[in-house]
Amino acid sequence: METVTTHRASGPPAAPSDEPILEVQFDDLEQQHEASSVGMWVFLATEVMFFGGLIAAYAVYRAISPSEVALASQHLNVGLGCLNTVILLGSSLSMALAVRAAQLQSRRNLLWFLAITAALGACFLGVKAVEYYQEYREHLIPGWNFQIPAQVAAKSSSLPLDPRRFEMFFVLYFFMTGLHAFHLIVGIALVSVMALLTWRRWFSGSGETQIEVTGLYWHFVDVVWVFLYPLLYLIDVQS
Amino acid sequence: MWNFPLFPDQASTIAKHVDALYFFALGIAGFFTAMICVLILAFAARYRRKSTADRLNPPTASRTLEIIWIGGPMLLMLTMFTWAAILFYKMYDPPVDALEVYVVGKQWMWHAQHSEGRAEINELHVPLGRPIRLTMTSQDVIHSFFIPAFRVKQDVLPGRYTTMWFEPAKIGRYHLFCAEYCGTNHSAMGGWVYVMEPVEFQQWLSQAGTGASMAEQGERLFVQYHCAGCHRGSQTVHAPRLEGVYGRPVPVQQGTEVRFTLADYRYIRDSILRPKSEVVAGYEPVMPSFEGQITEPDLLKIIAYIKSIGAKEATQ
Amino acid sequence: MSAMAVEFKEDYLQAYRLKSWLLTTDHKRIGLLYMATITFFFFVGGAAATIMRLELMTPKGDVLPSPDAYNRLFTMHGVVMIFFFLIPSIPAVLGNFLIPLMIGARDLAFPILNLLSWYVLMIGGSIAIGILIFGGVDTGWTFYTPFSTMFSNTMVVPAATAVFIAGFSSILTGLNFIVTVHTMRAPGMTWFRLPLFVWALYATSLIQVLGTPVLAIAVALVAVERLLHVGIFDPALGGDPILFQHLFWFYSHPAVYIMLLPSMGVVAEIVPCFSRRPIFGYKLIAFSSVAIAVLGFLVWGHHMFVSGQSMYAGMIFSFLSFMVAIPSAIKVFNWTATMYKGSVRLDTPMLYALGFIGLFTMGGLTGLMLASVAIDVHVHDTYFVVAHFHYIMVGGAVMGYLGGIHFWWPKMSGRMYSELLGKLSALTVFIGFNLTFFPQFVLGYLGMPRRYYEYPAEFQVLNVMSTAGASILAVGYVLPLAYLLFSLRRPPDAGPNPWRASGLEWQTDSPPPVHNFEEIPIVTRGPYQYSPEGAEAIDGNGDDASR
Ligand code: HEA
Ligand code: HEA
Ligand code: HEC
Ligand code: CUA
Ligand SMILES: [Cu+2]
Repeated sequence: METVTTHRASGPPAAPSDEPILEVQFDDLEQQHEASSVGMWVFLATEVMFFGGLIAAYAVYRAISPSEVALASQHLNVGLGCLNTVILLGSSLSMALAVRAAQLQSRRNLLWFLAITAALGACFLGVKAVEYYQEYREHLIPGWNFQIPAQVAAKSSSLPLDPRRFEMFFVLYFFMTGLHAFHLIVGIALVSVMALLTWRRWFSGSGETQIEVTGLYWHFVDVVWVFLYPLLYLIDVQS
Repeated sequence: MWNFPLFPDQASTIAKHVDALYFFALGIAGFFTAMICVLILAFAARYRRKSTADRLNPPTASRTLEIIWIGGPMLLMLTMFTWAAILFYKMYDPPVDALEVYVVGKQWMWHAQHSEGRAEINELHVPLGRPIRLTMTSQDVIHSFFIPAFRVKQDVLPGRYTTMWFEPAKIGRYHLFCAEYCGTNHSAMGGWVYVMEPVEFQQWLSQAGTGASMAEQGERLFVQYHCAGCHRGSQTVHAPRLEGVYGRPVPVQQGTEVRFTLADYRYIRDSILRPKSEVVAGYEPVMPSFEGQITEPDLLKIIAYIKSIGAKEATQ
Repeated sequence: MSAMAVEFKEDYLQAYRLKSWLLTTDHKRIGLLYMATITFFFFVGGAAATIMRLELMTPKGDVLPSPDAYNRLFTMHGVVMIFFFLIPSIPAVLGNFLIPLMIGARDLAFPILNLLSWYVLMIGGSIAIGILIFGGVDTGWTFYTPFSTMFSNTMVVPAATAVFIAGFSSILTGLNFIVTVHTMRAPGMTWFRLPLFVWALYATSLIQVLGTPVLAIAVALVAVERLLHVGIFDPALGGDPILFQHLFWFYSHPAVYIMLLPSMGVVAEIVPCFSRRPIFGYKLIAFSSVAIAVLGFLVWGHHMFVSGQSMYAGMIFSFLSFMVAIPSAIKVFNWTATMYKGSVRLDTPMLYALGFIGLFTMGGLTGLMLASVAIDVHVHDTYFVVAHFHYIMVGGAVMGYLGGIHFWWPKMSGRMYSELLGKLSALTVFIGFNLTFFPQFVLGYLGMPRRYYEYPAEFQVLNVMSTAGASILAVGYVLPLAYLLFSLRRPPDAGPNPWRASGLEWQTDSPPPVHNFEEIPIVTRGPYQYSPEGAEAIDGNGDDASR
C-alpha cells in the first residue's frame, strides 16, 4: 500500500498544565474525547440489554400470572417509590447542571452540583433501604423470610392465586431494584471521585470529558428507574 | 463386525417422508460442497503461481454473479423450508381416531400406560397400522421421547403435557431413547418399542393386566381422593358435575369478566393441582389443591376417567 | 536474505521481566497473554475430548468409572472450549494484536481496560479450572433448567459464576474494539478501506456487547433459583423452564457467530494474499458480516423445535434460520471467486484457509438441514448436531484461527516456521478432522443421542472410526504448538512482510515497535491491492524465509 507519512507518532508534546492530558494512543484531544463518549454509549447499550433480559423475564411472568403480580405489587410502598422517582429526577437535573458547569469551566458550581447529585443519590438509597426494611418486616424477602401476607392468604380463598407466582414477583422485584441500587452505588462513587478530583484540582483541564461521561451513566441509571417504577409499583393501583 | 447399519429403519408412515426431505437436503448439501471443493481445487491448479494461464482483467465485483448466488440458494432454501414446514405440520397434527397412550418420564425410566389399562416400563407396545397419540409429562426434569425408527421426538416437560403421534408401519423391535440430557443415567433411560400385529397387540393388552381400563382405574382414584364427594352431586358443596366437561369450552371467572377456556388436558390438570387459578363461573373456589398428593401417572388416570365420562354422555 | 538486513530495533518484545508482561498495556503483548491462556484452555478441553473419545470406543462404559464422570467431562469440554477458548480466540488474540496495526493506530482506545479484560478472563478461567479439580459440573454446557437449578448436585453455581465473569471479559473486549474502530482510524482510513478482518471483528463486537448481558442474566437467575429455592425456572416451584432456554439461546445462537465471524475475517485476508488479486465483492462481504450479526439475533428458537414451543414459532424460526445462511453463502462464493484468475500459492495459511472454506460449507449446509424443522425433529440432540457444530467450530473456526496464527506468526514473533511442518500439520488436521466427525453425521441420522455414556452395540464401528480420527487430530494440533515454539529459538528472520501482503500491519517491522508505527501512515488506497505481477518477488522471499 502506498503511504505518505506526516504525524509524528512518538507521543505528543508535554501538555501545558491547563490542557487535559492526552493519552499516548490518541492523536489529539478531540479524538480522546470522542473515544470516551462513544465508549460510554456502547457500555450503556450493554447495560440496556442487561436490564432488557430481566425485563423480558418479568414480562413473561406478568403475562402468565397477571393477578398475582398485581396483588403482590400492592405490597410495595407506592409513596416511597414516588418520592424516589422525584429524588432521582432531581439528581438528573443537578447532574446536567454539573456537566454544563464543567463545560463553562466553572469549578465552584461544578463542585456544588456534583455534591448535590451524590447527595440525592444517597437519599435515594436511604429511602430504598427503608423500603427494604419494611419489606423485611412484612416477611416479603424470598429465600430469607418469605411468608404470604395474612390478608393475601385470606383473600386467596376468594381469589384465584398461585402463591409461588406471588413470591416470584418479589424475586424479580429484589433482583431488579437490587441491580439498580448497585448501579446507583457505582454512580455515587463515580460522582464522588469526580468531585474529589475537581476539588483537588487533579484534572489538568476542567475534567469536561470525564464529567460528561459520568453524566451519561448517571442519566442512564435514572432512566432505568423510570422504567422500573411503573413496571413494579404502578400495576393496577386503582383496583 | 462389518455389517453395521448406516441408515435407520423406516418403521413409521412418516419416516419415508422425512427421509425424502433428508435426501433432498443432502443432495443440495452434497452439490454445493462438491461445487465449492471442485472450484477451489480447479482454481488452485489452473492458476497456480507457475502456470501461464490467462490472468487478464480479473473481476473484482459482478452484480449479475452476485444476484445469481443470492437468488439461486434463496430459491432452493425456500423450497426446503416450505417442504419441511408442511411435513412438520403433518407430524404435529394427530388424526382424530388415534389410540391414546400416556407416558410419564422420570429419572431415569419411562412409564407408559395404555388407555385399556396395561402399563409398562421402558417398553412400548403398539399395533401396526393404527395412529398412536402419546400424551406425555415428566415428574422431575426435562426428558425427550425419541424413537429413531419412527423419526419422531418430543421433549417431555415437568408441569405440563406435550403430545406426539406416529403410525407404525413395520413389525419389529426398535430403540427407544431419552434424547434430552437429564442427569446421571441419561444414557440408560430407554428401552424398546415393539410394533405388533393388531391381533397380537389385543392379546398383549389383555394379558396379565389388572383387567381394569385406565378410565376405570381413574374412577377408583376419583373416589379414593374424595373427588366424588363433591363432584357427584353433594348436598353440602356446590361443585360442578364433571360429565361432558372434557373437550368443551368452560366459562372461567377472571376478575369481573368471564372467559371461555377449552377443557383439555392442561385445563383439567390445572383444575386439580391449582384449582384457584381458573375458577368456573358461578362456583366458589372451595376445591382444595391436590398438588404433591397425586402422582403423575395417577393424575393421567383421573383425567382419562373425566374424559371417558364426557364421551359416555356424548354417545347417550 | 533480505529479511536479515533489518537492523535491530526496540520492538515490543524487548522487556523480559514477568512484571513487564503482567502490567503491560500494549495491545500486542496482551494479545500474546491471551494466546497463552487460550492455548492452555484448548488443550484442557482437548484432553477432556480425548478421554471422552476413549470412553466412546466401546458401547459399554468401561474407561471411566461412572456415568457421572462422563457427564462432567462433556460439560467441562463444552464450557471450556466455548467460553474459554473459542469465544476469546480470534478476537482477543489476533484482534487485539492486529486491529490497531491494521487501522494505523498506536493502541486500542482503552489499553487499561484491555488488560483488565484479560484479568477478568483469568479469574473466570481459574474458577473453571477450580471446578474441574474439585468435582466438576454435570449440566451440559447449556445449563438446562430445572436440571441445573434443582436436580444436579454438582458445582453449578461456581460454573455459572465462571461463565458470568468470562462474559464480562468478552463485553469489555467488544466495547474496546468498537470504540477503536470508530474513533482511531489513521488519516485516510475510511470505512470502506478497512480490511475485512476489521469489519468481521466489528460485527463480532456488536454481538458481544449486545448479546452477552442476556447470558449473564440467564446464568445469574439460575444461581438465584439454585441458592434461594425460589421458583423462576422450575415448574414445581411455579417457574417456566422454557424461559431459560429462550434466554440462553438468545445469547448462545448469536454467540456462534462470535466464534465464526472472526475466522471468516481471517480467511478474507489470507485468500487474496495467496491468490495475489483483490478480493471479489469487498462491499458485499463487509455488509454480510454485519448482516450475519444482526440476523443472528432472530433465530435462537431453532434450538427448541421439539421443546414444546408452539408449532408456528418453530416455523418462523426455521424460516429466519434459512435467511442467515444467505450472507454466509455470499462469503463462501466470493472467496472462491477470488481465486479465479489469481496466482495461487498453497502456503500453510492458505491451506488452512481453504480447509476452512470446505469444512465450513459442510457444517453450514448441515446447519440448513437442522433448520428444516421436520428433519430436526429426528436429528435434534443426536450426533448429527454434534457433527454439525464441530464442522463449523473445529473445521471452520479453529482452522481459521490456526490459519491466522500461521499467517501472522512472522509479524508477531518476527520468525518464520518450517513450511514443511506447517503443511504437514494442516493436512493432518484436515484428515483427522474428517475421520473424527464425518462418521458422527451417520451416527446421528441413525439415531444415536448425544451426551450418551453407553450406547447400543451396533453403533460401535462408527464410533471407533471417530476415536481413531481424534487421535490423528491430536497430533495435528500438537505439531504447530511444537514448531511454532521451536521457531522462537532462532533470531528474527521474517522481515517486515514475508508474504508481500498489502495490509498496514505489514508496513511496520516484525516484530512491531512498541507504538506500532515509526510514523502514523496516511492511507490513500483501499485494501487488497494485489496484482499477479508482484508475485515473483514474493516467491524469492517466501522461499528464503521458509528455510
Ligand atoms: C460457530 C458455530 C456455529 C455456526 C456458525 C452455526 C451456523 C448455523 N447453524 Fe448451528 N449450531 C452450533 C454452532 C454453529 N452453528 C452449535 C454449537 C449447536 C448446538 C448447540 C447445542 O445444542 O449444544 C448448533 C445447533 C444448531 C441447530 C439446532 C440443532 C438441534 O439442537 O436440534 C440448528 C437448527 O437450525 C442450527 C442451524 C444452523 C444454521 C442454519 C447455521 C447457518 O449460519 C449456516 C450458514 C452457512 C451455510 C449455509 C454454508 C455456506 C453456504 C453456501 C456454500 C451456499 C450454499 C447454498 C445454499 C444455501 C442452498 N445449528
Ligand atoms: C470450540 C469448541 C470445540 C472444540 C474445539 C471441540 C473439539 C473436539 N470435540 Fe467437542 N464439543 C463442543 C465444542 C468443541 N469441541 C461442545 C460445545 C460440545 C457439547 C457439550 C455438551 O454436550 O454440553 C462438544 C461435545 C463433544 C462430543 C459429544 C459428547 C457427547 O455428546 O456425549 C464429542 C464426542 O466425540 C466431542 C469431541 C471432540 C473432539 C474429538 C475434539 C477435537 O477437535 C479436540 C482435539 C484436541 C485435542 C485432541 C487436544 C490435543 C492435545 C492432547 C491430546 C494432549 C492432551 C494432554 C494430556 C492428556 C495431558 N465434543
Ligand atoms: C371440597 C370439594 C371438592 C373436592 C374434594 C374436589 N373438587 Fe373439583 N371442584 C370443586 C368446586 C367447587 C369446583 C368449581 C370451582 C373451581 O373451578 O374451582 C371444582 C372444579 C373442578 C374441575 C373443573 C370443572 C369444570 O367444570 O370446569 C375439575 C376438572 C375438578 N374439580 C376435578 C376434581 C378432582 C379430579 C378431584 C379429586 C382429586 C376434585 N375435583 C375434588 C369442588 C371439589
Ligand atoms: Cu431422560 Cu435423558
Ligand atoms: Cu443456533
